Amino acid sequence: MPEPLTTPAAPAAEMTAAEIEWIDRSLIDESMRMPVMFFFSTALTWLLAATVIGFICSMKLHDPGFLGDWSFLTYGRLWPAYTNILVYGWGLPAGIGTAIWITARLCRVVLKSAWIPIISGIFWNIGVTVGVIAVLAGNMQPYELLEFPRQASVLLFIAYALIGAWGVVMFNNRRPGHVYISLWYFVGAFFWFPWLYASANLMVGSPHVHGVVHAAIAAWYAQGLLGYFFASVGLGAIYYLIPKVIGKPVHSYNLALLGFWSFEIFWGLTGMVKFTGGPFPVWYSSLSIAALILLLIPVGTVGVNILMTMKDDTRMVYHSPAVRFTMYGTVAWLVGMVITILGSVREMDQETHFTQFSAGSFHLLIYAFFTMTMFGAMYYIVPRLVGCEWLSASFIRLHFWGSGYGIGLMILMMIIAGAAQGWYWNNPSQVSLGVKYFGAIEVLAEIMPYLRAQSLAWILLIGAHLLFCIHFLAMLLRLGQPSGEPTLFAPITEGEQHP
Amino acid sequence: MKAPPPIFNGILAVFALSFMVLAMAPALQLDGLQPKVDEDLGDIYPIDVSGVQAEGRAVYVSQGCVACHTEQVRDASEGSDLGRGWGARRTVARDYIYEMPVLLGYMRFGPDLANIGTRKDADNADKYSVAWHYMHLYNPQATSPGTNMPSYKFLFEKRKIAGQMDEDALKLPAGEVPEGYQIVPSAQARQLVAYLTGLDHSHPLPEAGPNIQPPKPGVSGGAAK
Repeated sequence: MPEPLTTPAAPAAEMTAAEIEWIDRSLIDESMRMPVMFFFSTALTWLLAATVIGFICSMKLHDPGFLGDWSFLTYGRLWPAYTNILVYGWGLPAGIGTAIWITARLCRVVLKSAWIPIISGIFWNIGVTVGVIAVLAGNMQPYELLEFPRQASVLLFIAYALIGAWGVVMFNNRRPGHVYISLWYFVGAFFWFPWLYASANLMVGSPHVHGVVHAAIAAWYAQGLLGYFFASVGLGAIYYLIPKVIGKPVHSYNLALLGFWSFEIFWGLTGMVKFTGGPFPVWYSSLSIAALILLLIPVGTVGVNILMTMKDDTRMVYHSPAVRFTMYGTVAWLVGMVITILGSVREMDQETHFTQFSAGSFHLLIYAFFTMTMFGAMYYIVPRLVGCEWLSASFIRLHFWGSGYGIGLMILMMIIAGAAQGWYWNNPSQVSLGVKYFGAIEVLAEIMPYLRAQSLAWILLIGAHLLFCIHFLAMLLRLGQPSGEPTLFAPITEGEQHP
Repeated sequence: MKAPPPIFNGILAVFALSFMVLAMAPALQLDGLQPKVDEDLGDIYPIDVSGVQAEGRAVYVSQGCVACHTEQVRDASEGSDLGRGWGARRTVARDYIYEMPVLLGYMRFGPDLANIGTRKDADNADKYSVAWHYMHLYNPQATSPGTNMPSYKFLFEKRKIAGQMDEDALKLPAGEVPEGYQIVPSAQARQLVAYLTGLDHSHPLPEAGPNIQPPKPGVSGGAAK
């Protein structure tokens, strides 16, 4: 829809600035409706799949006979299928949808050629489907988040390169003016992911690269993905949504600048913490641990910046779904980063390496931070695209409590289970506990309650996500409330800031 | 105000730094490692596995064994891997030069397998034998009660006994197999067990420090489990 922005229905002179702005926004949203809703719908479909598969994985950890008769349902295949669906099926498309919408809004560009993102979205989803089927059939690589075979990763790369190039074009055609913080993060994500994905896949798939170098590159990739896509898009969305809803500028531009660059520089050096004590020269993991400790700088600055922006408007957490979800995400990011940093220090790492602790910190960043932030973004964006408001505040409230407590419980149990696992692995002989020797089976018996609790958390998550998908479907079918007022948890009384 | 070029340049620089340090440096430093050759003894380590063991590695990959098992032994200062008898020394980069793909792993629900081919259990001489591995894959609860390892029954075939029983047929309790039938490992199971029983990263290497003696059996209720 190549509408130039400056063609209002009436001569501009007769309109107020606010009216022109309103028309601008409607034109942008009109042009963004199809691609963004397409990305969101497919992402949510994959999220449901990931949730069901995650639940089955969790059941299998304490009940190995559960659905145990088929090769494609063994834990070794379901677990990579789950993490890949969560990351490539849900996470990236949800992040792309959010990033392109906010980019269009901030750059004041009406999207030209809407078919490009839709085509690439179709390619992307075919790629994920091919990849997941291949993993379930056993055609996979043994590296975390690079399990997809070549056929699938090529599709994913082409699709994302299209989106990324198109996002950068949007950025270059922006209305003159200040470049807002969120745009730094999004432009970074548009550039970084295709580079990262292509170089990792090429090097891991290359017959000229040998032995542990593969593992190093896979670790570099998995860590880079967390920071260069997930943290970038999530933080970009938080920097946009919170000031927008509470109607205040970000506390400090300079803090944001420091937080952005220090995070991106140091994060890129942290990949080798995965191999502390592993078969590598020791300087790799020492460097990564040092970089992680330096990450306390961006954690502090970003945290202070967002919390100071919120300082006088904390009550908005009680009113606005978008703010409540994004604040959960912000806090989860801070906690997740601190846990990742602490967990990498050698003394802690010895107790937590190769345990569920790392699954816990992964989920803190992907699930508690990124997923909750994306829910917040969807609660803000979707009504603007479909032209009606969310059906029911109670649905949103239930979704928040179900997913919030579900994710929180799951991660807490993973972290406790991981700490226990690590401690028993490292203290094989515990005569005082009445067990002569802690082998794999004895260690497992100790963490069994936490594994069972994780399955409970998954049931909460299935309920919450299902509810959200139904709510989203209602919006897709335009069954929402027609009023122009956003759906809030509680009405905002006189004297309070309107969201 | 036009696009501040620092954004694009900065984004490029950030990525280049990360790529150089954590992707190119290991490729340059570790990719050219050569095996250790002792010309007096005619001894070369590591050597490339071939045939059935290489096929077994592919089975290991395709069954997703890395989701629960690692193949890396850490130094005594980094954990109790050596104390558990998972190896005689830590593993180093040179151990893996021929491993394609390399199966270092990331998670330990089960024990490390870097040296599973050399492991012994003082209380149970049969443990870690070929027959034990078949039974362990077919029904993990039979060999390791309480484990959460899934059963890999689909890697085994039910076959009619024609004449003599297959030498690798599982010794199952009466009633589990119909009269006149036997359960035999499929080609994939045979490859996988050949790979597992061949796993050995304990040949001395100078950069890995001296090999230690495995812990005395009996003190800790038997060797590694």
